[in-house]
Amino acid sequence: MKIFERCPSLYDVPTHYCPGCGHGIAHRLVAETVDVLGIREKTIGIAPVGCAVVAYDYWNFDCSEAAHGRALAVATAIKRVRPQNIVFTYQGDGDLAAIGTNETIHAANRGENLSVIFINNAVYGMTGGQLAPTSLLGQKTATSVQGRDKLLHGYPLKISEMLALLPGVCYIERVSLHNPQEVLKAKRAVQQAFQNQIDNLGFSLVEILSPCPTYWGLAPQDALEWIKNVMQKEFPLGRIK
Amino acid sequence: MTEQIIIAGSGGQGVMLLGKVLAQAAMLEGRQVTWFPAYGAEVRGGTSYCMVIIADQAIGSPYVTAADTLIVLNLPSLEKFKSRLKTKGLLILNSSLAQMSGEDKTGVWQFPFTDIAINLGNIKVANMVALGCYAAAKNIVKVKNILEVFKSIAPAGNSGILEINQRALAEGQKLNKG
Amino acid sequence: MVKTKILLSGNEAIAQGAIQAGCSFYAGYPITPQNELIAYMAKYMPTPPGTEAPRVFIQAESELAAISMVYGASAAGARAMTSSSSPGISLKQEGISYIAGARLPAVIVNIMRGGPGLGNIAPSQADYFQATRGGGHGDYRLIVLAPASVQEAYNLTQTAFDLADKYRTPVMILGDGILGQMMEPVQLSGRKIKTGLVKKWALSGCAGRKPNIVKSFFLREGGLEEFNLKLQANYALIKRKEERYESFFLSDAKIILVAYGSMARIAKSAMYQLRSAGKKVGLLRPVSLWPFPQQPFNRRNSKVKYLVLEMSYGQMVEDVRLAVNGKNTVDFFGRSGGGIPSEEQIIGKVRKIYHENI
Repeated sequence: MKIFERCPSLYDVPTHYCPGCGHGIAHRLVAETVDVLGIREKTIGIAPVGCAVVAYDYWNFDCSEAAHGRALAVATAIKRVRPQNIVFTYQGDGDLAAIGTNETIHAANRGENLSVIFINNAVYGMTGGQLAPTSLLGQKTATSVQGRDKLLHGYPLKISEMLALLPGVCYIERVSLHNPQEVLKAKRAVQQAFQNQIDNLGFSLVEILSPCPTYWGLAPQDALEWIKNVMQKEFPLGRIK
Repeated sequence: MTEQIIIAGSGGQGVMLLGKVLAQAAMLEGRQVTWFPAYGAEVRGGTSYCMVIIADQAIGSPYVTAADTLIVLNLPSLEKFKSRLKTKGLLILNSSLAQMSGEDKTGVWQFPFTDIAINLGNIKVANMVALGCYAAAKNIVKVKNILEVFKSIAPAGNSGILEINQRALAEGQKLNKG
Repeated sequence: MVKTKILLSGNEAIAQGAIQAGCSFYAGYPITPQNELIAYMAKYMPTPPGTEAPRVFIQAESELAAISMVYGASAAGARAMTSSSSPGISLKQEGISYIAGARLPAVIVNIMRGGPGLGNIAPSQADYFQATRGGGHGDYRLIVLAPASVQEAYNLTQTAFDLADKYRTPVMILGDGILGQMMEPVQLSGRKIKTGLVKKWALSGCAGRKPNIVKSFFLREGGLEEFNLKLQANYALIKRKEERYESFFLSDAKIILVAYGSMARIAKSAMYQLRSAGKKVGLLRPVSLWPFPQQPFNRRNSKVKYLVLEMSYGQMVEDVRLAVNGKNTVDFFGRSGGGIPSEEQIIGKVRKIYHENI
């Protein structure tokens, strides 16, 4: 009995991600969802600027790039022009919650019928491990050398909780990739976000706590432990809206 | 023929509309025409103005530096624009709100447009009284074309608005410097 | 066919031209002096909910979002447009660069106002450099069209959509506060709204084909250079095919005025006044600012002098100097910051500089 196979929405190619990175799992969760829902031929994905910039090299469906932070503006227009297609964005914490905060808030507030996969790894990966809006207090990064200091850098930004206040938002859940059980929950959440769009329910967002062993300075296994023991205390898992 | 007109008043007096009606009437006569507004931040109050040029040949700048005709509906506008009137130019002045005192009144047609409008029952049509006065003073646009424009822009189903503007225009035409 | 003329402002005429050219997506952010354009689109663009190929209007949260929405709509195959005025166009440069990099067609309208900074809302032509040199980061150009009347603004907006699709490039309509605000009679064309253009590269879902990717990122070594060479080849083709200009009395003129947009109207009346006084003055009005019309400068007698007139302190004059390449004298007169050069000033300038020669 076959219990595992490559899903048709993923190309059979190695990814460029670091060992222990969460992007590979998150990409697969999106691809599995697209296949389970049978929507590959009408899906349009928006890749971010950040480590996942070439996600379209791994996904086997139509994709667009967007300028850094503008994914939800691009997605808004595509969905409005082609309401029959399924449109989602895949964005990191810098893209969605720093340089693109404005686009994020307003797309959510307009209640755009979109699905958003938000990868929160508390650090900037592609540019070399700098402070992210979601970095934890005390977290050492290339631009918070002594650790994040609330007086200098402010607090970890809980954008999912902020967005949950907006009436245009129909669904927000925070999930994690730190063990197989959580990955399965994450898969259900991603599927929910896409199903909501199919059902025309409005703006859905899944925040995925995802490991970045390279810029956390941890071994892959320790990175998963860090999510479990440290990161999810600041970013509690579960349904937010 | 080139007729350069500045129309000025306070925001809300309908000077933009006056200019547009005049420009459209000239268009119906097959003339070259431009309408150019002041587009400052004032929406109500302040000085509002527009510039209309009517000509037989292509018009260059729509901006009027020296006016053949100045239509002025309030005092601040008179102060601001009277120096822009050409020598021997025509000044049409709303004497309800602004008077020329002690100066040369040659070429000045001043009548109480606002009071006439109030007597007609709607202060807002002072602009069309002034337009009627202009049509009487200078035979550049035909009244029948102004009436055509009224018909094309009046809101459907509200014949009262069309009618009072027609009456305002007629009152203005009766005014004669004489 | 509509026979009668209607009185429209330049802003409204551009909007009407866009709709008749099949523009099905508009996103913008209010800024003076182009607010009538966004208002016209808000009124006439939206189609009833559930329409198969909807026509979309969005007031975006920012200029950055508006231009990225245009990027998205164009990627999805729509004819898409945005409009703004100088400070807003500076903000849009990010998206314009991405649109050029992703080979997407789009129309961008700049109704210029005074700068730098917040400047003022008076008419200006001080964004010529920004428009004709690409404006954002990277090695790219836009086709830039400069109408001089409300009728031409209406006509050129339709041309802009056709050129954008033909060359898969952003096209800018460059006007100023005079053109945007001024009302003139316009003869509407009988052009029917174009729909359903087939764009094989557009994102529509990969049913029956391999996935389409819209991108401007080239990670592989040599990949970006290869792409940039393709872009350059496209620009070379545009230069060969799309130079546009209007000229008056070039054959006998001893002095040729060079001006574009609103400035050219004023230059034209000055020219006619000078000619009626027997002065041999001509006018060259570039309609495409990029590609800049080289052809009318070629093979001209070196005794002919050019006087470039702009509502700036000298931007297009540099292109005129490049075009004559040292063969002719090039003089300049301009004002910027709200002052509109008058016919009298131009005539005075011509008489002063060339007194002995004409």
